[in-house]
Amino acid sequence: MTETGRLIPRRRDAHPVPYDPDYKTTMTRSPNLPLLSMESTPSEETGPRFGHGLIGALDNNLIVNFSKGAAPAIGERIRVHGRVVDENARPVPHTLVEVWQANAGGRYRHVRDTYFAPLDPNFGGCGRTLTDENGYYEFLTIRPGAYPWPNRGNDWRPMHIHFSLFGHSFGQRLITQAYFEGDPLIARCPIAATVKDRGQLDQLVAPLDMAASRPMDYLAYRFDIVLRGRRQTMFENKPEGM
Amino acid sequence: MVQKLGVLTETASQTGGPYVHIGCIPSFAGLPGVYPEDLGLSPMSDGAKGEVITITGSIHDGTGWAMRDAMFESWQADGAGRYPGQPGADPAVSGFCRFAADKDSGAFTLRTIKPGAVRGHDGRMMAPHISIWIVARGINIGLHTRIYFADEDNSADPLLARIEQRPRVETLMARPVGPGAYRFDIRLQGPGETVFLDI
Ligand SMILES: [Fe+2]
Repeated sequence: MTETGRLIPRRRDAHPVPYDPDYKTTMTRSPNLPLLSMESTPSEETGPRFGHGLIGALDNNLIVNFSKGAAPAIGERIRVHGRVVDENARPVPHTLVEVWQANAGGRYRHVRDTYFAPLDPNFGGCGRTLTDENGYYEFLTIRPGAYPWPNRGNDWRPMHIHFSLFGHSFGQRLITQAYFEGDPLIARCPIAATVKDRGQLDQLVAPLDMAASRPMDYLAYRFDIVLRGRRQTMFENKPEGM
Repeated sequence: MVQKLGVLTETASQTGGPYVHIGCIPSFAGLPGVYPEDLGLSPMSDGAKGEVITITGSIHDGTGWAMRDAMFESWQADGAGRYPGQPGADPAVSGFCRFAADKDSGAFTLRTIKPGAVRGHDGRMMAPHISIWIVARGINIGLHTRIYFADEDNSADPLLARIEQRPRVETLMARPVGPGAYRFDIRLQGPGETVFLDI
């Protein structure tokens, strides 16, 4: 039943507002007209699946995956780990988690990033993994740097890691960002501030997790993720009127 | 007090930002070599059954500008209307593709198999369509829409029937522009704004 039920409708108030003048680009990129709301169909309840054959041995280790193990990336070594569950609190096993981030200096390895902080020859900035049977995932990486961006006069992004999640259906697709406990730039960030529900914003901030850190090696941050769930019922497994 | 519901709230979305390609299609970002190849290069492989089609278009912001930094994902049924993983589905159709607006022109291209009609839960057939998900800088939560085909019979499609303002149905139609070739443009705001879905 878990794999066939209708998706629980998205709570739009739990998500960022699409239009926010403090994040200027949203002003021309947010739909003006209402979204068409409808119950999910098989088109949203199915989705791509990715197998273990896809994932290389170094894919979830951003410290060495760009240099293929030849030399480590520069920066504070951190482990980022957590669980992917759905709204019914069930684990989401064997689902693809992709991440990308700036290097320790706040520079992305992208043809369009022109910030003058230097590239790290040993850091690419992307990683991926599959959750295990309990929905658990982990990455080893370096703490990303904060960086300035053209928006208002002097806006800076807090340290963050971008996360992309598939779940098991196309309607669960989600991209979000993990912030780091204690970063004073979170409260000043107009992108973080598009999430108006304070509790929801707090859920984007990964706490320091000393118990998961390793002495003389890395600090750990915990980032749990909730994807859309499915309505659990026996009542709608047959066509109407039957 | 009442019993406590054991229901969680979905994690809040955040924009994919301008560098979404690094995580999703690193070769496009100028970052090849981390993975053997980008994920979702094609929704099909050789031998896929059905009509091979090419859909080209652009995505426009509220000023009419063709955006250069959007990334798209598509998900679709095979030529017979079966989703990958369903019994009898065409093994040569993965159904999933990632593609991006060109960084110089803003144009995108999706080459795929034309999907078949899919049966909905209530037994009604959904006209052939491709589900599309769009992320970019300035889009705070990924936008869902669908590509239908103007040369198919769309008259009984349950989703299209829900669109009150009938001219807006046209925003979801890929238009034939040649043999196996279609045009589909997306407008985020303003006249001709595409119908986006909360589904
Ligand atoms: Fe970023």
